[in-house]
Amino acid sequence: MATHALSPAAVPAYRGGLYEWLTTTDHKKIGIMYLINSFVFFLIGGIFALLVRTELAAPGIQLFTNEHVYNEAFSIHATVMIFLFIIPMLAGLGNYVVPLMIGAPDMAFPRINALSFWMLPLGGILLLAGFLTPGGAAAAGWTSYPPLSERGALASPGPGQDLWIVALILIGTSSILGGINFLVTIFKMRAPGLTLFRMPIMVWTMLVTSVLVVMATPVITSALVMLFIDRNYGGSFFLPDKGGTAVLYQNVFWFYSHPAVYVMVLPAMGVISEVLPVFSRKPLFGYKAFIFATAGIGALGFSVWAHHMFTTGAVFLPFFSLMTFLIAVPTGVKMFNWVFTLFRGQLTFSTPLIFAIGFLTMFLIGGINGAFSASVPIDFALQDTYWVVAHLHYVLFGGSVFGVFAGIYYWFPKMTGRMLSESLGKVHFVIMFIGFNLTFFPMHMLGIKGMPRRIADYASDAGWNDWNLLATIGGFMIAVSMLPFIWNVFVSLRNGKIAGDDPWEGNTLEWATSSPPPAYNFDRLPDIRSERPVFDARHGLNAGHGHAAIAAGGHGEAS
Amino acid sequence: MTAEAPALTASAGHGEGHAPASGHAQRGISNPILGMLLFITSEVMFFSGLFAAYFSTRAANAPWPPDVFKDILDPLGPIIIATIILIASSFTCQFAVWSIRRGDRKGFVRNISITFVLGIIFLVMQVYDYTILFSEGMTLGSGPFGTTYFTLTGFHGAHVFGGVLMLGVILYRGMAGQFSAKHHDAVEAVSLYWHFVDIVWILLFSILYLL
Repeated sequence: MATHALSPAAVPAYRGGLYEWLTTTDHKKIGIMYLINSFVFFLIGGIFALLVRTELAAPGIQLFTNEHVYNEAFSIHATVMIFLFIIPMLAGLGNYVVPLMIGAPDMAFPRINALSFWMLPLGGILLLAGFLTPGGAAAAGWTSYPPLSERGALASPGPGQDLWIVALILIGTSSILGGINFLVTIFKMRAPGLTLFRMPIMVWTMLVTSVLVVMATPVITSALVMLFIDRNYGGSFFLPDKGGTAVLYQNVFWFYSHPAVYVMVLPAMGVISEVLPVFSRKPLFGYKAFIFATAGIGALGFSVWAHHMFTTGAVFLPFFSLMTFLIAVPTGVKMFNWVFTLFRGQLTFSTPLIFAIGFLTMFLIGGINGAFSASVPIDFALQDTYWVVAHLHYVLFGGSVFGVFAGIYYWFPKMTGRMLSESLGKVHFVIMFIGFNLTFFPMHMLGIKGMPRRIADYASDAGWNDWNLLATIGGFMIAVSMLPFIWNVFVSLRNGKIAGDDPWEGNTLEWATSSPPPAYNFDRLPDIRSERPVFDARHGLNAGHGHAAIAAGGHGEAS
Repeated sequence: MTAEAPALTASAGHGEGHAPASGHAQRGISNPILGMLLFITSEVMFFSGLFAAYFSTRAANAPWPPDVFKDILDPLGPIIIATIILIASSFTCQFAVWSIRRGDRKGFVRNISITFVLGIIFLVMQVYDYTILFSEGMTLGSGPFGTTYFTLTGFHGAHVFGGVLMLGVILYRGMAGQFSAKHHDAVEAVSLYWHFVDIVWILLFSILYLL
């Protein structure tokens, strides 16, 4: 009996396709489900964006029956894009590549990882279920400031706002559990030799992102439960007439939501920091400086939240303005890292690199127009105008979304074993790049001309007509650009060129295993003596002890 | 279980020294304990949000407590007994940890049972306390004083409830003999959580009843 119990069951039980996907704890399958789920919500959020842009294409109320439905559309657009697309999309990329990059068999807590994922579609369904309730979905903007979001307010007549709150708490919990999982994985599961200062930049950015998630997300959870208590149990946290303070919500909300901006962009920075060196045939310029800049952005990110509240009159303006300008310093350091990685490199203009350059240029504009808003007097003029909409889209779309696509084109061969079509990828980029700038650049002009955010209609003699029409045309171009991408994915899955283990001649460990990688990722790992173990292995730098010593000494990274 | 014991001793032999803090032969802190510490970090931030709301609301409302509820929160009432019970449970929880680190399974089960019961008594007393406050007209909806009080203590109570569930799980597993001097990460993690819940209560008690 005892001998029977000891013999291992070597062959895993076979599970059918769908059942396997629904019950998997494999970080690669979960990562892919994150990506698909997030992309579906990207399309849903995009449809809402098109509705908003169609309404704004010309003065007058055309598309929506009334302003309230318009409010629902832009509120759900923003909520879906932020909480159900960008954040989980990047978490999904991280989920797929982080264990591979650190030579681990899986995440530290695979079942919690599955739980984190499955909360997302549930949260998304709850959020969208608001449309089925009397009074419709949440309509108080993605920020849901009280008193707009309080019970009985004009903006939130029904339970849609409560569904919004519950959905966000669920999605936030998913983020927190994911963040804990990433941190334990990164701290505890690295392969032998992979010291902290040999980790790929993508892993570093996921590390800092996870710290932000674990420290900041619970604070918005507290804001949301207080709002829920206000709405449903007669609480008075945010109701001034009952002794509450409305600005309290803004403080607690932005204490999360500003760091959340870095949650939404740091992993994308990580992606392009993997892509740029590979397609420039150079190591990343200033590897350590980049890491310290990332940590600096994370730390400073906690001290700038009130720059979203300059005009409330309830914040200490010089401090928050100064800190906001300061955060441009580590961001500028990264710009130098990226530009000098490209400088005199052997550039191969494959799709991932093109999207990474799209990130670089568009994020630069988003950084510069953000610096204007950091200046208090200018912010007083531009607050709540389309300038802010332009800024945030240059950062989150021009930055994060271009980064996301760089990552998808870069790792698709690893995930599926097949290459995406380069020509379709370039078509995708060109249409998206032009459409993006056509949509969001005019919003700078609209902002300066004083067009406020979150309005369904405007006067025809305000001088906003042409720019709005242009932005709407651009919006539809972005939508069109998704068609070659989706087509590319479907065609390449069937007929794409076979990728092989390492199609790009990559640097990091995910390229040392097969494409797609087997369950538990690695049969054996190359020696890790620098931050580019696969590069070292390819060029024989690990072959003998003598060479290995040169490699380790030459890089000076053996800390 | 008897078959398992020699195997455990054997594996203890080649581990690099016994690490009492983690109860694990692996180098450094173990995955579940690090995970729990990070989870507690996030919980600290959650309560920070609530505490910030409390102080902000309190600063905006004078007098505090409002005249209708003057002296309603008596630190020397039943609440002090509940407080002592919860603090005592933190000690018994730690005794349980020390027991299992020594490999004393009986002592572990005894101490964790006491902790489990004390936790339940605390929850019952809190419910009792709520009924008294309700009868005196203080509810979530009775202005900022009631809103903050019930939100803070309510979320703390929910965390105690979660802790009691966790204690129940490790009690069950302990009675089944699943823990040993070497393998008891779950115990360490739950005890960390229980201490955290206790510390939050000490802060809450000090702020709500004494300050």
